[in-house]
Amino acid sequence: MTFVLGKLLNILIVAGAVLPGIGAVMVWAERRVSAFMQDRLGPNRVGPAGLLQPIADLLKFIFKEDVIPGHVNKPLYVLAPALSLVPALIAFCVVPYARGMAIAELNVGILLVFSISSIAVYGVSIGGWASNSKYSLLGGVRSSAQMISYELALGASCVPVFLLVGDLNMEAIVQWQKAHCWLVLPLAPAWIIFLVSSYAETNRLPFDLPEAETELVAGYHVEYSSMKFALFFLAEYIHMTTASALSVALFFGGYELPFVTLPEGVWGTVLSGLIFFAKTSFFLFLFIWVRWTLPRFRYDQLMRLGWKILFPASLGMVVLTAGGIALWEAFR
Amino acid sequence: MKTRVVKRPTLRFGERIYLSAVVKGLLLTIRHFFGVCRDLLNWKNKKTAITMQYPEERWDFKDNFRGAPALVMDQFGREKCVACQICEFVCPPKAITIWPAEFADQQNTIEKFPDRFEIDMLRCIYCGYCEEACPEEAIFLVKEAELVHTDKQAFIHDKKKLYEMGGIREDRILKWQHK
Repeated sequence: MTFVLGKLLNILIVAGAVLPGIGAVMVWAERRVSAFMQDRLGPNRVGPAGLLQPIADLLKFIFKEDVIPGHVNKPLYVLAPALSLVPALIAFCVVPYARGMAIAELNVGILLVFSISSIAVYGVSIGGWASNSKYSLLGGVRSSAQMISYELALGASCVPVFLLVGDLNMEAIVQWQKAHCWLVLPLAPAWIIFLVSSYAETNRLPFDLPEAETELVAGYHVEYSSMKFALFFLAEYIHMTTASALSVALFFGGYELPFVTLPEGVWGTVLSGLIFFAKTSFFLFLFIWVRWTLPRFRYDQLMRLGWKILFPASLGMVVLTAGGIALWEAFR
Repeated sequence: MKTRVVKRPTLRFGERIYLSAVVKGLLLTIRHFFGVCRDLLNWKNKKTAITMQYPEERWDFKDNFRGAPALVMDQFGREKCVACQICEFVCPPKAITIWPAEFADQQNTIEKFPDRFEIDMLRCIYCGYCEEACPEEAIFLVKEAELVHTDKQAFIHDKKKLYEMGGIREDRILKWQHK
């Protein structure tokens, strides 16, 4: 009973407060950082340093009329934002965000993340399809093609990690990194492939072709307004958070620091959570940083990069790692 | 026309994998990011940020800026306008209305003064003809350019408001002084 209650509390805190909270702060950070990088100041009037801006935005979203255009396929149109947000929330459940604090300690671990995040593509493409608008449809089609292409590279780039650690459980991967070293050191190319594919998976620049403001107005969510649009928006940021958290857990030691032993008990858990949060924040910043630096890829460039470069490179990384491990085992 | 053949540069491996260019771009943007961060700490001496914090910071208009027209006094605090009504006549949108009055005593060189002087700022086009035409150098376009009111009546500047905006301006002729 206490186990169930604890899990429920954990889920409530993470999915109900922390992730949407991060999403809200990210909206603020996105605007401020982008402004700073363009020598502007960004929103700085609402609250200290503009920190209450997300609340103002949210109020606006809530009070706006929830328009459902007459030409849409209504059930799918209403379903799509939820289909986009829910997988983003579920995918986070296997991430050990503090010592022993993953919502679900599954021994298939990261495989669940991949399978769940594949569902996210439905949210986007159904949203695009149900809107019955050419821009939305193009955005949805692009996004499904893009996500399917980069899912392969994303999955394959994680295989070297499993080969080295010998386990799919996220907790075990973090512990292995505590015992040996951060996996980014031996597997730097794999990490770069993981990072690039995760940018494509989350539809972020330089791969934001599903949205592509300049060509498709806003891509798959052109026809959405009010809180439905906000859900799409939030889903994007939660996807980013999950991608950053995975990057931290798989390649950057998770909630542990090298050469430092955290104390046992509650304080150790809190500290490990803070460490994880700090590392994840850096990667979230990197998302924004890259977005406001690089221009969008062309569609053919995107496909070429995904299929002809990243996918073979990740497979090559698998072969190299496996060969390296085999050699190590043979000559030890 | 002579055709110039531009040779396509052969890219090295480092350039072809695109990542070095990405890093270069990232360094450029982060430099601007920290530039604005530093400016926020020392706003008086900003170097990178170009945003003007509007209600607190304002434009520094030049002296010949054509803002709202206003009446001025000389250095002794006397009104310079003699109610000749040339500005009223020359005003293209007919924004100026003057009600002249005569001095009761007739002791001065000046015979008339404006009893009421109104400029309708909803009509004014900021052309500066009134300033150009004024033989007494009594009306000037000042730097005040942002007129925001919630009722239309407030846009009609009366004499008191016009002198308030114009203030005192050095007079070289001082007509009042001469007989």
